[in-house]
Amino acid sequence: MNLDSMYQEIILDHYRNPLHRGLRDPFDAEVHHVNPTCGDEVTLRVKVVDGVVEDVSYESEGCSISQASASVMSDLVIGKKIDDAMELEREFLALMQSRGTAEGDEEVLQDAIAFAGVSKYPARVKCALLSWMAWKDATAKAMEPAVASPAASAHASPVDIDVPEQEKP
Amino acid sequence: MTVTDPRLVGAVDAARTSAAGAATSTSAAGSIGYDVDAVRKDFPILARTVHDGLPLVYLDSAATSQKPLAVLDAERTYYEQHNANVHRGIHVLAEEATAAYEATRDTVAAFIGATDRREVTFTKNSTEALNLVAYAMSNAETTGAEAERFRIGPGDEIVVTEMEHHSNLVPWQMLARRTGATLRWIGLTDDGRLALDDLDSIITERTKVVSMVHQSNILGTVNPVERIVARAREVGALTVLDGSQSVPHLPIDVTALGVDFLAFTGHKMCAPTGVGVLWGRYELLEVMPPFLGGGEMIEVVTMEASTYAPPPHRFEAGTPMISQVVGLGAAVDYLSALGMPAIAAHEHAITTYALDALGSVPGLRIIGPPTAQDRGGAISFVLTDDSGRNIHPHDVGQLLDERGIAVRVGHHCARPVCLRFGIPATTRASFHLYTTTAEVDALVEGLHGVRRFFSR
Ligand SMILES: Cc1ncc(COP(=O)(O)O)c(C=O)c1O
Repeated sequence: MNLDSMYQEIILDHYRNPLHRGLRDPFDAEVHHVNPTCGDEVTLRVKVVDGVVEDVSYESEGCSISQASASVMSDLVIGKKIDDAMELEREFLALMQSRGTAEGDEEVLQDAIAFAGVSKYPARVKCALLSWMAWKDATAKAMEPAVASPAASAHASPVDIDVPEQEKP
Repeated sequence: MTVTDPRLVGAVDAARTSAAGAATSTSAAGSIGYDVDAVRKDFPILARTVHDGLPLVYLDSAATSQKPLAVLDAERTYYEQHNANVHRGIHVLAEEATAAYEATRDTVAAFIGATDRREVTFTKNSTEALNLVAYAMSNAETTGAEAERFRIGPGDEIVVTEMEHHSNLVPWQMLARRTGATLRWIGLTDDGRLALDDLDSIITERTKVVSMVHQSNILGTVNPVERIVARAREVGALTVLDGSQSVPHLPIDVTALGVDFLAFTGHKMCAPTGVGVLWGRYELLEVMPPFLGGGEMIEVVTMEASTYAPPPHRFEAGTPMISQVVGLGAAVDYLSALGMPAIAAHEHAITTYALDALGSVPGLRIIGPPTAQDRGGAISFVLTDDSGRNIHPHDVGQLLDERGIAVRVGHHCARPVCLRFGIPATTRASFHLYTTTAEVDALVEGLHGVRRFFSR
C-alpha cells in the first residue's frame, strides 16, 4: 500500500483549511447525515436559486478524508447548475466505487480527482462520500415543490452505497 | 474433561502439551507464568505478514481474539470424524457428536465455577445471550407465580451503566419500549469508572433488573460487581453481567460474583465465532420462559399447544452450532492449561507497560482509567498533532495499518461513552494472552509516526 495515494497533498490542504465551512443563512433545506460505523457526521445546508446551487454550508466532524471531501465538494458545486452538479456527483460516485480501477476525468472532477486513491480502501469510501450524499439529499429536498417550511430539516441515514461493510462490533 | 468425550483427544493433548511446555520457561518480561513466545507459536496467524512483508502486530483482540491450533484442529476433527446432528439419533456419529457437544457444557461450567451443568446455555454470541434474558422478561408466557421475577411493566425500572456495549444497552431499551418500563443508568466519572455515589437512588425498590458490563470494551474498566450486586439484591432485582471482555481475560467464578446471569462470547476467548454462552442460576432458568421456539426446546407438541423442555434445552431451539461448541471446548481447555491467573497476570503486566509507554507520546490522552488497577487490556485514546489539533482515529488507524499494526477505531459499539467524553471516536489498542511488549513498542513508535505525518 502506498499511503500517499490516499493522503494526497490536496486532500491534506483541504483538511487543514476547509472551504465554505460553517452553517449559513439563508437556506432551502438542511440535512444531517452520519456514518454510523465510524462516527463521522455532517450537517449540511443548501440554497438553490433559479436552478443554480447558490450556497452550500456545513458543519462536520470526522477524519481527514471526510473533512477534505466536504470542502472539495462544496467548492465544486457552488455556482453550478443543479443538473451539472448532479452529473458531477455521479462521476465522483463512480470513481469512488471503482475500487482503484478508474482514474477519473480531471477536467470534470478537478480537486475531487485527488480522492481516486481512496477508492482502493473500502473502509474509507464512505468517508469520502458522506458529504456528497448529504448534498444530494439536501438538494433533492430543496427542489421538492411541496416543502412547507423553507428551512425543511431532515434527518436521513446515508444513502446505501455499494461498498463492503468493514466495521465490526 | 470427561472420559467419554470423543473430542479430538489429540488436539486437546496438543493444547495441554504446548501450554505445559510454555510454562517451563519464564518470559524475560518478568513474573509471567508462561513463555509468550512459545504460546505465540500456537497461533499460526500471528506469524503472518501484511503489506508485503511487514510482521503483523495484532492489537485488536477486544474485537476478536486469534485462535490456537488446538481449536482449529478440534473443529476439523469434529467434521472429519464425528459430524452428525445432536440429540436426535441413535447411530454412532450422532452419539459422538452429542457427547462432544455436551462435554463442552461440562468444560464451560467448570471454567466459570458453575456447580450445575444445566446452567450453561449455548447461544450464538453475547448479544443473543443478553437478548434471551431481555426477551424472557417481556414474553407473553411470563405468567404464573413462579415467573413473577421476570414480569416487568410500567413503573418498573431497568438499570444499566453508561459504559455498556450496544449489545447490553439496545436490548434493554427495546424491553423498556415493549413493556412501558423505564430505563435508568449509572453514569461515569472523568477517569472512566462508574459514579457510584448515588447508587442507592438509581437502584431502588422499583428496579426489576440490573445489567452491567464486567470489563468495558472501550474504557478497559473492571467494574466493582460485588457492590452493585449487593445493592440489587437488597431491592430484589435480577442481575445480569456482560462478561464478553472479562471471561476471556480473568479467572471467573459465578458463585463468588453473586450475579444471576452471565453472558459471554466464544470468539473473544480463542474459540470460533458463532458460539456464546448464557449462564444463569438454575432456579431462575427453571421458571424463565423461552425466547426462540422450535425443535429441541419442546417436551410435548400438539396442534394446539406445546410444553417446553427443562433448561438448558428450553433455550437452545433448533440445530445448534455444534462444531463451534466443540471449538469452544477446546479453547477453554487451552485457556485452562495456560491458567487464567497466569493469563490475567500477563495481561496486567502488558497493560501496565502500555499505559506507561503511551504516556510518553505527546498529545495522547487516555480515555479510561489511567492506571492498571481494576483495569483490563483495552486502552482507548485520542491524539493531537504538534499544534494541538485532533488527529481523527480513522486517520490514526490507517497510518498504523500501513505499519502492519491492527487497532480498532470508532466508537466501539459504545457511542454513549464517546458522547460522555465529548469525543467522536477513539483509537483502541487491546491485548490478549499472546501480546508482547515489543508489539506495544511498535504501537508507540507508530503513534510518533502518525504525529509526524499530520504535523507536517
Ligand atoms: C463488552 C461487550 N459486550 C458485548 C459484546 C458483543 O459480543 P458479540 O458481538 O460477540 O455478541 C462485545 C463485543 O463485541 C463486548 O465487547
